[in-house]
Amino acid sequence: MIETKLTNKNKSVSIRRDAPTVMIGERINPTGRKEVLAALEAGDFESVRRDALAQVEAGATVLDINAGVPGADETILLEKIIREVMSVTDVPLCIDTANPKALEAALKFYEGKPLVNSVNGEEKSLEAVLPLVKEYGAAVIGLCIDSHGIPASPEERLAVAEKIIGRAAQLGIPIEDIVIDPLAMAMSADHKAGWVTLETIKLIVQEFGVNVTMGASNVSFGLPDRKYVNAAYIAMAIQAGLTCPITNPLVTEISAAVLAADMALGKDEFSMRWIKAYRKRNKGAGEKR
Amino acid sequence: MSDMKEIFQAVLEGDRETTVTLVQAAVDSGVVANDILQNGLIAAMLEVGHQFEEGEYYVPEMLISARAMQGALDILKPLLVKAGVEPIGKVIIGTVKGDLHDIGKNLVAMMLEGAGFKIQDLGIDVAPETFVEAIRNDPNVDIVGLSALLTTTMPSMDATIKAIDEAGLRGKVKIMVGGAPVTSNYSQRIKADGYAPDAGQAVTLAKSLLGEKSVHQ
Repeated sequence: MIETKLTNKNKSVSIRRDAPTVMIGERINPTGRKEVLAALEAGDFESVRRDALAQVEAGATVLDINAGVPGADETILLEKIIREVMSVTDVPLCIDTANPKALEAALKFYEGKPLVNSVNGEEKSLEAVLPLVKEYGAAVIGLCIDSHGIPASPEERLAVAEKIIGRAAQLGIPIEDIVIDPLAMAMSADHKAGWVTLETIKLIVQEFGVNVTMGASNVSFGLPDRKYVNAAYIAMAIQAGLTCPITNPLVTEISAAVLAADMALGKDEFSMRWIKAYRKRNKGAGEKR
Repeated sequence: MSDMKEIFQAVLEGDRETTVTLVQAAVDSGVVANDILQNGLIAAMLEVGHQFEEGEYYVPEMLISARAMQGALDILKPLLVKAGVEPIGKVIIGTVKGDLHDIGKNLVAMMLEGAGFKIQDLGIDVAPETFVEAIRNDPNVDIVGLSALLTTTMPSMDATIKAIDEAGLRGKVKIMVGGAPVTSNYSQRIKADGYAPDAGQAVTLAKSLLGEKSVHQ
């Protein structure tokens, strides 16, 4: 069984298909969240610390950190956010940047083994990111995308995954340090998009057995009642082989669906994780009784 | 006029088959193509945009309405050309360099087409030079629409506007920007001519930019 191990100074997380799903908290990201963008632009890190704590409290065991603020120096801001987050929690981090300079600076001071988000099948990306992953002993997310864009079919996406895994192997990066993202796309724009992603996950698991991540909430873009779509979809994706979704654990429907899916797949002994999460959610009500 | 009401309704419901049948019947019975376009199709797409703005309509509903309109346009286009009906303006649109997201850009393109604009869609991951070339090659272009979904690709909007400026083409076109992380504030900072928060309001914006443009020329 392939195991991807992520660590921070004091904590380690193991991602594997026979263990409970690892939720990577998505909220520390100014894209699509105008209030985060505004706070970061104003140099206000209180909301970042609050978001970090709340997500860990809600079950995230890894946090994604994205510092993409237009006009800001990403290298400086990324480091600042990481330090702020580490001042309140010690979960391993997923360093989310398209900027190799910012990535290297973050890898330099990060103590432990982070997840790098991300590399893709384009030459430019492979050449810039993989050597850094190797040098700093990180794990990396490989996006099933290349210079031709986002492949339409599961087979073509698998081919991109194969290319990334192969190039990483040439540099001596072990397969367990590659986490593949099959790309979750909006079903509102293409009604087959959800299915293509599920099929891609199955192929990747069959072919390589590697861990699989994705921005699971993308599938519901443009639809009403997104949380129900997200909850059903994430459970199906876990069944297909998704092991570490990047998602919002504060949405109860999503975190409950993840726990229920794990239970259904025999990954929750005596249903204790499910029961504990229920108690936590209903703590206020219990105290009143 | 009851024909128009039915066409309007069919487009609003995204029923392509009915739309095409009704439009063909209207044409056959001698209704002027431009009347069908204005009072049936454009009016319906305006309503679709309005419903979307209000949060009543969702992305798939816009897509099927646009598809119904396209079906009707296939019938009307040759007739409009023959009658000398011109588009109300020409828009070049694209997702900026480094960004592969296309849903928002496609919706805006469809809504603008539904409002009577002629659209040239440059696609995704469009380099500033490509926008510059497209503007240079087309003397009739009125508006350039730039889309970005990522905070990290928003600077490509800035770069594109600067490139248009440096190429000496800034006076020739109005530039509008949009996309999830884009704000009115950012639009002003990079000296775009306007920002719209969604595809429905992009139509209103494009029309007002067109008005400004004709006043200045």
